[in-house]
Amino acid sequence: MKLKDKKLKFRHVWNFPGFGGWTAIFFGFLYIPILVLISYSFNAGKFAMIWTGFSFRWYTKLFSNENILDATFNSLIVACTAAPIATIIATFSALALVRGGNFKTKEFSNGLITLPLMVPEIVTAVATLIFFAFLGINFGLINVILAHSVFCIPFAYMPIKAALEAMDPNLELAARDLYSNKSSAFRTITLPLLTPGIISGFMLAFVISIDDFIITLMVAGGGATTLPVYIYSMVKMGVTPEVNAVSSLMLCFSILVVTGYWFLNRKNNN
Amino acid sequence: MKNILLKLLVSFSFLLFGANAFAAGNLNLYNWSAYTPDELIEKFEAETGIKVTVDTYDSNETLLAKLQAGGSSTGYDLAVPSQHFVEIMIKEGLLEKVSGIQDMANYKYVAKQFQGPSFDPTAEYSTPWQLGSASFAYRADAYSGDGSSMMEFFKPSDEVCGKLAVFKSADEVVNMAHLALGSNFCSENPDEMQAVLDLLLEQKKCVTAYSSEGINDRLMSSEVIMHAHWDGYSQVGKWEGVDDLTYAYPKEGVVGWFDSLVIPKGAKNIDEAKTFMNFMMHPENMAILSNFASYANAIPESKKYLSEDMKNATNIQVPDGIPVVFGQACNENATSLVDKVWTKLMQ
Amino acid sequence: MNIQGENKTQNRVVALLPLWVVIGIFMIGPLLVMAVVSLMKSNVYGGVHFEFSLDGYKQILFDTNLFGEREFNPAYVIIIGRSFVLASLATIISFIIGFPAAYYISRQSKKVKDILIFLVTVPFWTNLLIRTFAWIIILGKGGVIESSFIFLGFINEGDTLNLMYTNSAILIGLVYSYLPLMVLPIYASMEKMDMRLLEAAADLYSSRISLIRKVILPLSMPGIIGGCILVFVPCLGAFIAPDLLGGGKKLLLGSLIQFQFASARNWSFGAAVAMVLLLLVILVLFFNARINKKHRDYETQG
Repeated sequence: MKLKDKKLKFRHVWNFPGFGGWTAIFFGFLYIPILVLISYSFNAGKFAMIWTGFSFRWYTKLFSNENILDATFNSLIVACTAAPIATIIATFSALALVRGGNFKTKEFSNGLITLPLMVPEIVTAVATLIFFAFLGINFGLINVILAHSVFCIPFAYMPIKAALEAMDPNLELAARDLYSNKSSAFRTITLPLLTPGIISGFMLAFVISIDDFIITLMVAGGGATTLPVYIYSMVKMGVTPEVNAVSSLMLCFSILVVTGYWFLNRKNNN
Repeated sequence: MKNILLKLLVSFSFLLFGANAFAAGNLNLYNWSAYTPDELIEKFEAETGIKVTVDTYDSNETLLAKLQAGGSSTGYDLAVPSQHFVEIMIKEGLLEKVSGIQDMANYKYVAKQFQGPSFDPTAEYSTPWQLGSASFAYRADAYSGDGSSMMEFFKPSDEVCGKLAVFKSADEVVNMAHLALGSNFCSENPDEMQAVLDLLLEQKKCVTAYSSEGINDRLMSSEVIMHAHWDGYSQVGKWEGVDDLTYAYPKEGVVGWFDSLVIPKGAKNIDEAKTFMNFMMHPENMAILSNFASYANAIPESKKYLSEDMKNATNIQVPDGIPVVFGQACNENATSLVDKVWTKLMQ
Repeated sequence: MNIQGENKTQNRVVALLPLWVVIGIFMIGPLLVMAVVSLMKSNVYGGVHFEFSLDGYKQILFDTNLFGEREFNPAYVIIIGRSFVLASLATIISFIIGFPAAYYISRQSKKVKDILIFLVTVPFWTNLLIRTFAWIIILGKGGVIESSFIFLGFINEGDTLNLMYTNSAILIGLVYSYLPLMVLPIYASMEKMDMRLLEAAADLYSSRISLIRKVILPLSMPGIIGGCILVFVPCLGAFIAPDLLGGGKKLLLGSLIQFQFASARNWSFGAAVAMVLLLLVILVLFFNARINKKHRDYETQG
């Protein structure tokens, strides 16, 4: 059979009926809550669940709410500090683990990097809280930044590792022949090639830090409230569409960052 | 690329530390949710130039837990615990001693009986915030009872069952149970506490949610028609549209509380905190608070500035003969019994 | 390929040092401190007294009742059991929902595949709290489901479906939170499936169900197991869904632990439960590693 016919045959046999419809329902399940959330943010009425009309008023109220602006500012400070720290650590670790050959502590180091992902977030949150309390470390936002830097590392690591592994090692070999200095070889060849991976890692770490809630909730002290923690207190207090508005904005922001990351990766792969 | 990273890091460190240094002064207030009017904060900021951030908690227990976990400093400059928790916090060394409270300019406005209260006799730790009571409130249109007995809350009728919500934290609920059963607060008697637990467990069958926040929203949407409530906040609910929301003053009595401003240990902005304490003792400012939260206060002259709504607030007027029993700081045995009861309830 | 040149080991140590320091101090350190705290005596007002005590662990199984007598207390075991059951149910439901979708996506053309998988991951990168909150709007009284049911005439105005604050609500929240994590590994497995195997099997098996059972499922097993782990473990320690959708009435492991550090102020017990949770997770991961190894051995042999 010709290849084209073979392909047709596969599609015929291997496409189960109903799976397409099921996938549509699947995506519906994934996205309808988000759409509901966003559409209710335009609710004119005061109570989030009772629709009374279309209005932008919650968004305008948002921008005059100082507490929200403070919380957003805090979130940004934390993410902009923790993400670079995590990315730098992840880059060095990736270089050592991917290019460093086999060495005794390799398994252990790999384990260390995935540790924040394996430990349930509530356990990390509580342990970090106790740790800071016992050592008397209490520098407000810095506590949060420290905690975030830790769990952002695995997220920054993944794309960088993937980029390093995908890189052709022969390029580096060739570069070393051309350049006498090992570090210029690194700077002019490896690093630029690695940069999209590093930026991807940074973006993932950034999004993760902005979105974090549980760890920040337990660890944050006064004046260190981030946006998700503030939203939590709003949700507990009573559901006004203002919460929807803030949430929608946060959602769109995260989606934009991730989309950017995706486009960056696609360009890189092609 | 490294240069850019470095520059970014440096500028953000400036933002981090610098932002604080450039402001005239900062104040981190930790208060109950829905207890701080924007108008009050804006007035304070305008008068003093001090920037105020407000974080919230939903119960005395949460506040205590936060202060305990805070180590040398929680980052909060002011908190608003109830009277018996002020006692506990003083005992546990969680509060700063504040010098010169009695010399503050507005201290003279505080009613005599509240100057040097039993929980802070030397007036070295606290200044008054507001006082009120805890009981339950119900939608009069949907409930045929009249709130004359605390048992209506703990042994709800069929129309209420499944539409009942209770506070999330132990302190006030256990005390309300004590009132219903006729036992004393801070009981160290296991039999009495067992009776409390049994009462609460029976009530649990009819409870939809244990929550101390979003109370008026729950009542407004008729998700529940009876809710553990505070007198002033239930009045606020009435103002906000739940017209038939009635606060119950049962014959067994209601649980009284008296909230004060305190400075947690390790607070960084003590001067600004003292400025706020003084600010709150002025009749005009206290009136803003009362007009917003609808509670009584310890500043008699603030009555001049109370709004019409406040003067006609029915939910906060205690009928004659109804006892108002204030919560007390229980010793370790009693506290541990209360914790045990609540843990067993929540399982 | 190795980094050539002098001081290779030194380079490696320098490169890995930040990782070790940061995770060592801020991850392992806290876990160790928590282990220690779980062995101390709780202070009634919060924090701990510095004396050794197994009370934290004992409280999981035994409780001193109000009369000071020690008795077996099944409540926390029930909570652990409930968490296990809900996590398992969530995993199964995620599998049922996600498996056909993963398969369908993997059969599309490259361009469509990429976009669809991207759409699957997007919700995952958004805030978990917000996504769970969306369900409050949908399930709550007067929420989307109730309003539409009233509109369609299924129920009368004023009646309520009582969807919130139930185990089902928590279950929906859990499934929704981690569904993408089930789909992605299964998809990755299916992508790698060799078309020739499928072709051969298509000639051998006449019924579609046999195809699924005998070919697709076994081949995508590593992905399925990976997906199950990625959903099960977070569900076990979940806090947001039980807290927001369960109304605080139905405690699960995650909210139980958080509660000890919030108003319950029982640190040693909270730490003890956290250690138990950690142990359970380690067991599950260990189990997963064994299965993966067996599967790899199986594959290399066959």
